[in-house]
Amino acid sequence: MAFKGIIEVDTQRCKGCSVCVANCPTGSIRLSSKVNGKGYNYAEMVGDGCIGCSNCAIVCPDSVITVYRAKVQ
Amino acid sequence: MNIEDIKKPENIVYRKPALLTDNIMHYCPGCSHGTVHKLIAEVIDEMGIQDKTIGISPVGCSVFAYNYIDIDWQEAAHGRAPALATATKRLCPDKYVFTYQGDGDLASIGTAEIIHACSRGENIVVIFINNGIYGMTGGQMAPTTLLGMKTSTTPYGRDAKLNGFPIKITEMLAELDGTAYITRQSVHTAPAARKAKNAIRKAFEYSSKGIGLSFVEIVATCNSGWKLSPVEANRWMEEHMFEKYPPGDIKDILK
Ligand SMILES: Cc1ncc(C[n+]2csc(CCOP(=O)(O)OP(=O)(O)O)c2C)c(N)n1
Ligand code: SF4
Ligand code: SF4
Ligand code: SF4
Ligand SMILES: [Mg+2]
Repeated sequence: MAFKGIIEVDTQRCKGCSVCVANCPTGSIRLSSKVNGKGYNYAEMVGDGCIGCSNCAIVCPDSVITVYRAKVQ
Repeated sequence: MNIEDIKKPENIVYRKPALLTDNIMHYCPGCSHGTVHKLIAEVIDEMGIQDKTIGISPVGCSVFAYNYIDIDWQEAAHGRAPALATATKRLCPDKYVFTYQGDGDLASIGTAEIIHACSRGENIVVIFINNGIYGMTGGQMAPTTLLGMKTSTTPYGRDAKLNGFPIKITEMLAELDGTAYITRQSVHTAPAARKAKNAIRKAFEYSSKGIGLSFVEIVATCNSGWKLSPVEANRWMEEHMFEKYPPGDIKDILK
């Protein structure tokens, strides 16, 4: 069964550590070229390959990622 | 399927655990402490023991742990968390009591307290964050610092002749008859973090069985003290820390 996912990053709380990026199996997350109020390049979803596996969110030390996942019809 | 179809409340599969407060953590970007706090919050939430859990925070970077997990806390003097946990658990035997301690706190100034709490078989949980350094005070050598590892007090690398050898305190504690469950975990990848969470849950469950002390070491990073990026620090930990501190269960008296 295939799943499609979306992640939502609380960009103001993200510290741009990149641990999520290193843990994504589909290369669907990267650091933005923009910075947040603290000056960190925050994480953002890229492309439409996210499968909603939650790996990025589990390893995020600041717990700023919410993951949505739906079955592909 | 477009974004709106997926981004519905019923499709949420992961979010910040309810027991983590909205306070922004003071930890450096990528610090393992935040990930471990999250796992503890999830376990307490999933076991439904928020009102029955008392944490003891240490001296070290995680001194402010009480700002982040929404339970009752006490703050111990440096290294004394197991003594405070002993009193707390004996006075309130129906509570879940855990300490959260760094390697400087537990394996240096608090060596006596942890050894005797283990040998007395106190029915508490100890979460031991081994990042091989004194993070809070500027990256000095800890008892767990690896040979050759550079710190602010071993700028040419830890030298056994001058600085002694690293202590595998977790294996030492497993030798004591009062310990029930002893394990070593890490949180640098998603599979590792999931395993660490299961271990923390087991430790909390064991602590209510009256069978002795449960101890979860987390081999962790201090990327600021190690002077590496968070991702490089995780890699360095796998390549170097795991050799001395291999992950896995060390003791389980119910197995
Ligand atoms: C009695 C006493 N001695 C020394 C200190 C200084 N001190 C504060 S934190 C710390 C070590 C912290 O290292 P660790 O326990 O490994 O925690 P980390 O910051 O690495 O998580 C020391 C020596 C102190 N606060 N109190
Ligand atoms: S792991 Fe969390 S804090 Fe770090 S970059 Fe990713 S979203 Fe931001
Ligand atoms: S949920 Fe999984 S696939 Fe999606 S961005 Fe996070 S790690 Fe990548
Ligand atoms: S100094 Fe080290 S242990 Fe302390 S918050 Fe920074 S990375 Fe974490
Ligand atoms: Mg330390």
